Amino acid sequence: MIVSKDAVLGNVEIAKDTFEMILRPQHMPTILPGQFVNIKLDGFMLRRPISVSSVNHNCYKIIYKVVGDGTKALSKVKKGQILDVLEPLGTPFPIDDLDEVLIIGGGVGVPPLFEVAKQFRDKQTKVTVVLGFNDKESMFYEDDFAFLGCDVYVATMDGSYGTKGTVLDAIAEHNITIDTIYSCGPMRMLEALNQTYTKGYLSFEARMACGIGTCMGCVCKDSKDKQLYYRICKEGPVFPIGKVAFEC
Amino acid sequence: MLDIKLPGLDLKNPIMPASGCFGFGREYAELYDLSILGGIAIKSATIEPRFGNPTPRIAETPSGMLNAIGLQNPGVDKIIETELPFLKQYDTQILANVAGASEEDYIEVIKRLNDCPEVHAYELNISCPNVKHGGIGLGSDPILAANITRMAKAVATKPVWVKLSPNVTNIVEIAKAVEEAGADGLVLINTLLGMRLDLHSAKPIIANTTGGLSGPAIKPIAIRMVYQVYQAVDVPIIGVGGITCAEDVLEFLYAGASAVQVGMYNFVDPYICPKIIEQLPTVLKKYGCKSVKDAIGRSHV
Repeated sequence: MIVSKDAVLGNVEIAKDTFEMILRPQHMPTILPGQFVNIKLDGFMLRRPISVSSVNHNCYKIIYKVVGDGTKALSKVKKGQILDVLEPLGTPFPIDDLDEVLIIGGGVGVPPLFEVAKQFRDKQTKVTVVLGFNDKESMFYEDDFAFLGCDVYVATMDGSYGTKGTVLDAIAEHNITIDTIYSCGPMRMLEALNQTYTKGYLSFEARMACGIGTCMGCVCKDSKDKQLYYRICKEGPVFPIGKVAFEC
Repeated sequence: MLDIKLPGLDLKNPIMPASGCFGFGREYAELYDLSILGGIAIKSATIEPRFGNPTPRIAETPSGMLNAIGLQNPGVDKIIETELPFLKQYDTQILANVAGASEEDYIEVIKRLNDCPEVHAYELNISCPNVKHGGIGLGSDPILAANITRMAKAVATKPVWVKLSPNVTNIVEIAKAVEEAGADGLVLINTLLGMRLDLHSAKPIIANTTGGLSGPAIKPIAIRMVYQVYQAVDVPIIGVGGITCAEDVLEFLYAGASAVQVGMYNFVDPYICPKIIEQLPTVLKKYGCKSVKDAIGRSHV
């Protein structure tokens, strides 16, 4: 982990309240799929943890949704500004040797899965992607995943695009039977997937103070041993499916 | 210039991370050499392992944050087994924060730590507002506070510092009671009890309902309390509350602190302690102080 001054190369709205920002660190660290960065914003005390969506040789992208004052301020950041960023943080998705994999993303849980898809495609793994959004206006990255050579399916809760309903509805409708999943999204979606699948990895979101494993603000319990806990920022945000308890 | 000798703590500089904001140093040891720190107030030790409170445990506030971690720690035995040996490699002073649900718990933790040469002094956490039983009661009542201090002093083989709660009507009364009971020094202040509500659900953001407020928002309160207590007691004071820079440290020294702890700002800037240590000589000089000792209590002269 380094504390970096990152130059903002772009910050544009790509879907409803959803922004894509390109950041160039002074010295590009190795950022693995599923890792996140922690951004300091003027006027806010705590940093904002945001997962990295894709990595290039000298820059990386993040995608975030405006949900509060902090992300609103982030959306106003202009190209050319410099941000104070801790990067990279957290345990990444392992890119295992697999013939085929199912990537399931929900809303702003979709971004970290893009780098996952990219790295699987680099290894010639067959990648099927199911994306869930509230509505068509909130949808992003369908074409980008397709461009990587993934089979892409979309579900929207209001039925304005693709399958009407959840990602699980889309999986049923298209009869997708791949049993290893890589997923990130809202808790309820992750919980449903945790009950449906036994192989793969889930990435979690949490309120954090430090982002580096010290404050114990973002802990979760082991699914079996209630005395055992994990820090989402350190041992996570990516966990093998079934490892984490959903009630805390 | 920066050194200061206090009960149990021979500090090369007056800067130490505050308990709960630095864990046992492991994460920060990956970033810098912990030996540059004057000391480290390590995370609260309780007799049994504690998982702590449900999440969310954190909420941001203007110029600060609320937390209700709930004294999550692996328990004193595990701390002795795995954390103290890790800290031993660093040339710094260890202030072991002791917490418990009952007076007996505190005493048992102290007894177990007495034999650990890595620990230089104790910091009694009688103020943590997060624990439903114990903590808050002891720190908010002069008789209970004096009582636990006396009990701790009777068994401790190292100096006992008492960390006071600001959630009281008269901090001076508590400070005097604790001093009279034999405390070797006072640490003030702990977090202030606060609350935030979610606008959508109308419910508290923090699962524990309330949390402790820390950060720059509480600095003026901490300064005021250090100032008032300094006038009333003879034992040394370690000041804590919202420190973000060397100028803040000087303000605490002026108010009467002999050393300081840096809390939540470690989360914002993980290098804040080394930065302050580096800048402190320049700031002292700028305001005409020859040393840390020279600055202590200057506002009272």
